[in-house]
Amino acid sequence: MATVKDLQKKIKELEAELEKERREKQNVLRPKISQMSSEVVDSNPYSRLMALKRMGIVDDYEKIREYCVAVVGVGGVGSVTAEMLTRCGIGKLLLFDYDKVELANMNRLFYQPHQSGMSKVEAAEKTLKEINPDVEFEVYNYNITTMDNFTHFMERIKTGGFKSGEPVNLVLSCVDNFEARMTVNTACNELGQNWIESGVSENAVSGHIQFIIPGETSCYACAPPLVVSTKTDEKTLKREGVCAASLPTTMAVVAGFLVQNTLKYLLKFGDVSYYLGYNALQDFFPSMTLRPNPTCDDRHCVNQQHAFQLREKSKPKVEKVEEKEDDVIHEDNPFEIQLVSETTEEELKNSEGFVPDLVQGLKVAYTTPAPSQNSDSGAMVDNTEKSLEELMKEMQTL
Amino acid sequence: MVDEATKKSLAQIPLLKTKAGPRDGELWVTRLKEEYQALIKYVQNNKDSDNDWFRLESNKEGTRWFGKCWYVHELLKYEFDLEFDIPITYPTTAPELALPELDGKTAKMYRGGKICLTDHFKPLWARNVPKFGIAHALSLGLGPWLAVEVPDLIQKQIITHKSEQAEK
Repeated sequence: MATVKDLQKKIKELEAELEKERREKQNVLRPKISQMSSEVVDSNPYSRLMALKRMGIVDDYEKIREYCVAVVGVGGVGSVTAEMLTRCGIGKLLLFDYDKVELANMNRLFYQPHQSGMSKVEAAEKTLKEINPDVEFEVYNYNITTMDNFTHFMERIKTGGFKSGEPVNLVLSCVDNFEARMTVNTACNELGQNWIESGVSENAVSGHIQFIIPGETSCYACAPPLVVSTKTDEKTLKREGVCAASLPTTMAVVAGFLVQNTLKYLLKFGDVSYYLGYNALQDFFPSMTLRPNPTCDDRHCVNQQHAFQLREKSKPKVEKVEEKEDDVIHEDNPFEIQLVSETTEEELKNSEGFVPDLVQGLKVAYTTPAPSQNSDSGAMVDNTEKSLEELMKEMQTL
Repeated sequence: MVDEATKKSLAQIPLLKTKAGPRDGELWVTRLKEEYQALIKYVQNNKDSDNDWFRLESNKEGTRWFGKCWYVHELLKYEFDLEFDIPITYPTTAPELALPELDGKTAKMYRGGKICLTDHFKPLWARNVPKFGIAHALSLGLGPWLAVEVPDLIQKQIITHKSEQAEK
């Protein structure tokens, strides 16, 4: 039987434990701050950011509070992206994702095991509001690629800005699949919305960001997806029993590139990158500007290109001095050796379709043939007199 | 890249003509009719070659598809529910075929039971826009996936035949 002393000791222990639990549970919530201050005191969450002005990097940092960014996909890259923007004091964030937090996500940053089962946007909103209550949030837990949700998604991009009715300032694509990227591309081409695409390869050792200004730079449908070469032989890439690998490091690097470019664009400092690749194996960072494909498959991209050219024409002209590259002529060539390609350039082009000029270290994931005029050799479906309903019924009764 | 049997059955599926997705109004109806024609032909071909392996139907807009697919292993038939949405970017991007009941049972799957296709599928699809349709996605994507994954799942005893389940 327990003595009074034992019981008293037990009570003390339990009280201590309860106190600890209570303290852990207590959320330290800071009040909202109406005006960003550059006063350097421990209690000012914006002091180090406002210091960017005094150091002459950013002219008007407070402007960030009037900007609204949509983050599409809040997984390994998107959640970290949203956290960085939240800590920087962005005015408003729109978050889109249909996924739930799972324990399998714990090799990445941001989410915590106790959030398993929650929708990613809901979990993210809660954490981010605790970090910075000044940020306004709009979150949507749905798949943007389906018909119903796409219409709503477009509407939010168009009117969900910091001031209601205005478009968002920038869309950041942090999705993990081709279908969703093409969906963001479709929406932004139609709306003329600037956006930045980001991605990490399925083997986790390369990534990229690509700034897309519809009509001015290459859209995501202008060319097959670009791949950052990592000097690994893709054919020997082992995919036994897995779909994709991921590293928190590569994802954080890409999220860092993405938000850095976002801040440079919104707050107008430094040079904005149009394409920046990351090869983690050799630590190589290819960078370039990609021009749009005049024969892009997306007609809205082509329309945006025409609109951009008109805008450019109306601008006052700046004289350009073109540097001419001299043809290489070898002074001594007694056998008159000439290099001649086996296939004509046109043949090559037709078999590969549009391939953009790329810097070293970049290539297209695959090529698609140029649209051919002559009909295909394969058998096409016949024209049918049957109605859709009749065909549906026929399929059901098979 | 694809085995001979797949190649042969693929070649017998008629190709589609209309490049239209679910946001394209009347053109989508035309495309949808072509999809059904190709699917009907494909099922008939399968029946003729004694290799009938799926049934599929859609909602009336043709944006959501559902049905069944099955795989015969050691004379036993294993059947799975099949479903997928037509993305608004279709047919530029292929539909993401899903077998929800196998979600979490194999690593060759993305969340929600979407099957993980080989590196060859996407380039092949991209090179054949808009000629490839749902029937081609099934033939090139789901067929080979079932042939590899189902025997593996059975061998690892992750899935069992319905008759065995009943005995338990």
